[in-house]
Formats: sequence, structure tokens, C-alpha cells
Amino acid sequence: MHVPDGFINAPVSVAAGVAAAAAVAVSLRGARRELDERTAPLAGLVAAFIFAVQMLNFPVAAGTSGHLMGGALAAILVGPYTGVLCVSVVLLMQGILFADGGLTALGVNITVMGVVTVVTAHLLFRGLLRILPSTRRSVTVAGFVAALVSVPAAAAAFTAVYAVGGTTDVPLGKVLTAMVGVHVLIGIGEALITTATVGAVIAVRPDLVHGARALATPLKLRVDGALVDAPAAAPAQAPAAGRSTKKVWATGLVTALVLAGFVSFYASANPDGLEKVAADKGIDQNVEEHAAAGSPLADYGVKDVEDARLSGGLAGIIGVGVTVVAGTGIFWAVRRRTSDEPTATVTSTATPVA
Amino acid sequence: MGAGHAHRLYRPGTSPVHALPPHCKLAATFGFVLVVVSTPREAVWAFGLYALLLAAVAAVARIPAGLVLRRLLIEVPFVAFAVLMPFVAQGERVEVLGMSLSVSGLWGAWNVLAKGTLGVAASVLLAATTELRALLLGLQRLRLPPLLVQIASFMIRYGDVIGDELRRMSVARRSRGFEASGIRHWGVLAKTAGALFIRSYERGERVYLAMVSRGYTGSMPVIDEAVATRGQWAYAAVLPVTALAVCLMGWTL
Repeated sequence: MHVPDGFINAPVSVAAGVAAAAAVAVSLRGARRELDERTAPLAGLVAAFIFAVQMLNFPVAAGTSGHLMGGALAAILVGPYTGVLCVSVVLLMQGILFADGGLTALGVNITVMGVVTVVTAHLLFRGLLRILPSTRRSVTVAGFVAALVSVPAAAAAFTAVYAVGGTTDVPLGKVLTAMVGVHVLIGIGEALITTATVGAVIAVRPDLVHGARALATPLKLRVDGALVDAPAAAPAQAPAAGRSTKKVWATGLVTALVLAGFVSFYASANPDGLEKVAADKGIDQNVEEHAAAGSPLADYGVKDVEDARLSGGLAGIIGVGVTVVAGTGIFWAVRRRTSDEPTATVTSTATPVA
Repeated sequence: MGAGHAHRLYRPGTSPVHALPPHCKLAATFGFVLVVVSTPREAVWAFGLYALLLAAVAAVARIPAGLVLRRLLIEVPFVAFAVLMPFVAQGERVEVLGMSLSVSGLWGAWNVLAKGTLGVAASVLLAATTELRALLLGLQRLRLPPLLVQIASFMIRYGDVIGDELRRMSVARRSRGFEASGIRHWGVLAKTAGALFIRSYERGERVYLAMVSRGYTGSMPVIDEAVATRGQWAYAAVLPVTALAVCLMGWTL
């Protein structure tokens, strides 16, 4: 499943690299919030675990065997931020050390296998847990569905990247059917293994499963032969509210930026794809045209297209930036007014008393 | 852990390529691969020149050709995919040995094979001439966030430990007569994975406590800063710059 060099063209590889870098930056902040200064050792060890568990072979039948990809497992066990980080680090090391997956395709690999898999699994898992009653069975069901969907979702994401920047002329429909078809099968295996693994962890250390913390039974103390709830250690909840809006804000911003970049790419790349097919056919049919196509003139043409794409992406990003600034300004003004009002009433009620 | 942290892919040596600072080598490799990927696929000769360039690097680094070729095997799954491409791609078709093949599919297959192979060969050379720790230092010098580098170094350091733990569990299972042969046995293997996760996570907590007790405050001290002189940068830049020249020739010729 690791994409090699040359499969996706250079501009889209770079764009995917930027998207992957943004996602990793957000996860670094998020993971630091989840794990504070324990981040490095814990995330490192979980990454080592994912690396090792990919070596665990699950025999299917007749000598064939598969292995876990671990995106959904990471999302459920350690949460989305740490999960994205761990899978990305595993992919980075596989690319640099083991030449598994191309260096220029690193961005594509991290976006598709790290971010899409983990985020899809996490959203589905949390969403299902919210709907289902909070029992262990629903954790199992939610984990199964999350892992099952996350794998074909990654395949679909790969097809989307391929549609924008693929270097071959295999028709899109065929790629989508083949990729999603195969990966639904892989997803079933992934889902079975993930569910069983999560179940095994919950049976021993339910507190370690990030996605099932709601299940943890409150601590009971036996006082004079009767069980009473232990007094909860009151954690500092106050700063969490402020942080969560920041989290929502950051996630929204990144999503908007990525969408703006990618959607505009896609919009302007569509005619380009047609041009590419036409050019390929022209090149095969007469050599003169190829000679002309290779001249600096054609180079400027290519540059123009590149600039158009770039300007499209830039326009999108600038648009998002302007919107965010304007929105933040409005939000800030409104919030100031609302926060002003209580103080005003307080002072007005305070004066009669005085 | 007692065997030092040299990884199996590293091949010790004293060649000029080994002596280059890691971040120069990383930048050169990335640049080279990027240039290769943006070369037009019709310039077949350009890929031959790239291969010659890599062969020259391997010769300077005294890496035997057999080693590079053996490690190229990692891309076999994608070779299978590339072989399929001429059969499923659309467009104009040609007859080759009685089979109807798509022209654009053939070009696509060639494109993926050539660029993919060159990319794999470049990273094989990088991994064979650079020590693991130096590689991580180089990534840090190239402004990868320090936290990410720390995570990567913990992963590499404890990868073997966790892998060995998995192996011991496998030995324990087999010594009790267990042999996984089908889907029926997935439950047992999944329990292995679960146990491995708990052990890894708890080891992480122990490692963290051990570090805190030695004064860890969230960042690792940099003991040996990797520095590169201008000459070393220039030496490392020979590979991507030559490749860029070839690439430009490929676009204009």
C-alpha cells in the first residue's frame, strides 16, 4: 500500500506534503495536550508497537497471510492526535530507512495512510459511541465499524489524490473499484483483528484505551463493609474549556486551508488531465509535435498552467485567511460586548447597594 | 540493546560519502528524488543517466552493487502493479508478442518502474551510508520539530526491544503447541497484540519516569551538533545539481 516515487506527479506530491506537515503540526500540539511532557517516550513506544504489530502475521487461508495496518487501532487505543503522530513517524522511518514508500510520496503516504485512516476511524468510533449505550459491546461494535470503514476510506482518498496527480492513464473508475474493492476485504480483516485487540486490552487495562475511558468504573472504597464512591480527585477543568475552542478553531482552519488548496487544485486540474491525455496521444502520433511540445515555448505554457494552479491554491488560502480574520474580528467584538454586559449589570446592581 | 544502536541497514565505512554530514546527505537525496520525479517520462535516456549517477555515488561510497540490488527487492509489489498497467489502461493499443497492450499504459508502467526504482535506490544508498543516530540528528538540523525527532528516536531505539518482545511471545506460544493456521486463531494473535500494546505503553511510562528522575523536562539536550562546512554542502550538492541539469536537458531536448 506504500506509494512509491513517480506514481503521483511532483506538484501534487508537494501539496500532499504540505497537507501532511500541517496535520502533523496540529497533532504535535494535540498530543502534547493529551500527554504533556510524556509525549516523546509514550508516543515513541506506541510507534514502536505499531511498527512491531505490522510484523505480526495473521494467516488467512492456504498459505496467504495479512497483517494489521494499525491506523484504526492507534486511533482507538491512544486517541487521534497521538495516533496520527505515531503512524506518521512509522511511515517516515519506513521511507527513509527501509525505502518502503518513496521519499517524494511521503506526503501522500502520511496523508492517506496516517491522517485519513486515523481521523476516519476516530470520528466514526466517537460518533457511534455517542449513539450506542455505553457498554463494552458497543465499544466492540464501534471499533469494528471504525476499522472496517477506515481502510476503504484510505483507498478512496488515494484514488482522489490519484485523480488529481496520477501519472498513468488507468481510468479513474477502474482504479476506484479496484482499490475500494480490495480494501473492503482488507478492511474486514483489519476490523476483526482491531476489535479483538481492543477487546484484549480492555479486559486487562481499560484505562489505557483512549476511546473507552467512559467505560472506566469509578473507584469504590469499602467503608464499614459498604461500598461507597471514592471522592473524585477534582482535576483542573477550568482551562479545558478555553483549550477546546482553540482546538476546534485550529482543526477548522486546517480543514479549510486543505480544502481550499485541494479543491482549487482539483477544479483547475480537470482540464489539465484532458490536456495531458491529448498530449500523450499527440506525442505518440507525430514526432514534430513532440519536438514543439518540448521547446521552451511549451515550457512557458506548462509554467503558465502551474502558475494558474498555484494562484488558484493561493487564492483559496488567502480567501480562508481573510475569512478567518474577519470572522475572528466579529467573534471578538461580539464576545467583548457579551462579556462587557455582565460587568455592567454587576456595577449597576452594585451601586444601589452601596 | 547491548549491541549498540547501529541498525542492520547501515554499512560502516570511511568513504567521503560516509563522512558527509547527515543533513547534507538527506537534502541531497530529497533533491535528487524530486528532480527524478519531475523528469518527463519520454526522456528515457535521462533515467539511464540518473542510474549512472547513483552508480557513481555507490562506487565512491564503496557500497557493493549486490547489496543495493538485493535491497531493491522491497519494491516488488509495485512492480507487479506496474506490469498490470499496460493491460488495463485505456487509449491507443499496440500488438506486442500477440498481446494487445495500451501505449499510455506502457508509458505509465515505465514511468512508475523507472522513478520508483531510482527513488528506492537513492534511499537505500542513504540508509547504507548514514548511521541511524546521525540520520535523526540530520532531520533535526533540517528543522523537523524536535518533538517529532524525539518520538522517532524512541521508536527506533525501542523498536528492537518491542520486536524482541513479540518474538518471545511467539516462542512461548509455539512451545505450548500453538500453531496459527487460519482465521480461527486470530483471537489468540489479537490477544498477543493487545498484550504487546499494554507492555509497550507501560514500558513507555517506566522510561518516562526514569528520564524524569534523571532531570528530563520535556526536551533532550543536544550533545553533538552536526555542522556542515560550505565545502561539504557543495560536495553533497553535486548529485542533485547534476540531476537537475539532466532533467532540464530532458525537458528541452
